[in-house]
Amino acid sequence: MTEGFKPIAITLENCGKTFADGTRALHPLTLEIAASETIVFLGPSGCGKTTTLRIIAGLETPDPGGRVLFDGEDVTALPIERRRVGMVFQSYALFPNMSVAENVGYGLRVRRVAGAEAAGRVAEMLAMMRIEALADRRIDQLSGGQRQRVALARALAVRPRVLLMDEPLTALDAKLRDALRLEIDELLRRLGITAIYVTHDQAEAMALGDRIVVMDHGRVAQVGKPRDIYQRPSTRFVADFIGTMNRINGTVRDGAFVTAAGAIPWREAPPGASEALFRPEDVTLDDTAEAHLRGRLTAAFFLGDRTRLFIDVGMEKPLVTETGARRDFTHDEPIGLRIDPRGLMAL
Amino acid sequence: MRHETPRLILLLLPAGIFFTAFFLLPLSRLFAIGGSGADGFAAYAAIVTDRNYFASLLSTLALAAATTAATLVISGISGVFLQRSRFPGNAILVAMLTFPLAFPGVVIGFMVIMLAGRQGLIGEIALRLTGEKIVFAYSMAGLFMGYVYFSVPRTILTVMAAAEKLDPKLEEAARSLGASTWQVVRDVIIPGLKPAFISAGAICFATAVGAFGTAFTLATRINVLPMVIYTEFTLQANIATAAALSFVLGAVTWVVLAAARTAAGSSVAAAG
Repeated sequence: MTEGFKPIAITLENCGKTFADGTRALHPLTLEIAASETIVFLGPSGCGKTTTLRIIAGLETPDPGGRVLFDGEDVTALPIERRRVGMVFQSYALFPNMSVAENVGYGLRVRRVAGAEAAGRVAEMLAMMRIEALADRRIDQLSGGQRQRVALARALAVRPRVLLMDEPLTALDAKLRDALRLEIDELLRRLGITAIYVTHDQAEAMALGDRIVVMDHGRVAQVGKPRDIYQRPSTRFVADFIGTMNRINGTVRDGAFVTAAGAIPWREAPPGASEALFRPEDVTLDDTAEAHLRGRLTAAFFLGDRTRLFIDVGMEKPLVTETGARRDFTHDEPIGLRIDPRGLMAL
Repeated sequence: MRHETPRLILLLLPAGIFFTAFFLLPLSRLFAIGGSGADGFAAYAAIVTDRNYFASLLSTLALAAATTAATLVISGISGVFLQRSRFPGNAILVAMLTFPLAFPGVVIGFMVIMLAGRQGLIGEIALRLTGEKIVFAYSMAGLFMGYVYFSVPRTILTVMAAAEKLDPKLEEAARSLGASTWQVVRDVIIPGLKPAFISAGAICFATAVGAFGTAFTLATRINVLPMVIYTEFTLQANIATAAALSFVLGAVTWVVLAAARTAAGSSVAAAG
């Protein structure tokens, strides 16, 4: 029922974007996106992720010298209406003067797909997004989650070569966001469509992306699989933007990283490292004399299944860790910490 | 709940007094005067039975409709263009466009004469080019030009305000689905501007039906209803007929505006 999607590979060659007022929104970027791959552009607002998406869509032209290829075919000069891409927006962008079914069928109507075939395709899309019951509703009668389903159905109805999504879940509340994220993930795998997803939410990026392109100030900071980006961030920006990162200052001495709060055994420490980075999950509480670091508790947030602890070790920011321990924590109590050396990084 | 009713009546009182004093009383008086002539209330039938009156009613409505249509087309295109394009002098141009709003009808009539009258610019140019003088200021065509000139600025401002609120993402979504420029205009921009078109069009229509100054300046023989009312009232002293015609003129305009508002109401709801 969902055949007819022919995924394509996309190549960006030196695609930069300078706006008329001289602002450099995007530094020249080269990227290969494989057919059927889901790529997530991740970064804070103004990092160039939406500009990149709009260049792929054909809503922006790259600066001279940049090229966009769809399966090897140069589409740089093609306007969006001739690229056959599906787009989903944060604001849904549904046509308020049309019903749900008319919205879904709009792309088929302007492409002059015959009536019976178009009706069949609309029904198929409504069924796929499980919104058959809403076919005749007006857009203003729909909830946010329903609107985004209609927007997805509308974008997919024309059998696009690539699906482009610009913060599609940002306008929804947390529970709905999680549910729809799962649904989008299933949909993308099932259709095997090449998909490009833009978000500022790292959890969304980790969940959906085959690969993540982390962007910062118009440049690519790192490209990689979610696990690689999390475990081996290549820059301080990536380390801080994805998840929580602890940092502590010290010096490498005799196979250990020596800090004011204690020494962490670290054989593979790069010589000359003055800062060690590690994730909260690589920290365990240790009340014994063997604790690597010692500090004082500044805050404890009970989250139900775990407690998030903030421990002052005399650094600029407290260290963060989480524990499943069934006990109460009191402010300013002394805390001993053990760091898993496999999680230690230096940048 | 029972205490609510007297309070509501009290709150409605100011509006009620105003409505009675300035609308109900004068209008019923006008209606009564309309029936006070030799023919009684048959005077109201005259607007349909009298060939002259009926013709002037039809030409008034036709002129107002043509003015509204031309104004909406011109203002729709230029309003969206002015809102979207940033070029040097844009703000000054928009400010200048609002100029005609300040002119009384007489001045606009005067300008039409200067442009298309016997000594007018168009006539002079035509004389040089073809040897024939084109003069249309003193006719329906001149009146049409004056009314459009007067209506365009106001409508452009309304369209610009509405165009600013159009969601550019809607147009991008339509284009991503394969819509051509014309299809985007038809399916996104015009439906988006529809409430503005209806409200601006209704005001434009009502103004064109009732305008008097420009017609009076251009010629006394232009057959539009306000001119007929003026003639009946001041020259023929036919007060009953003038009152009847005035009442009908008001009623017809009101019906058109009410119909427009109903249409706008449903489209506003659809725009949600």
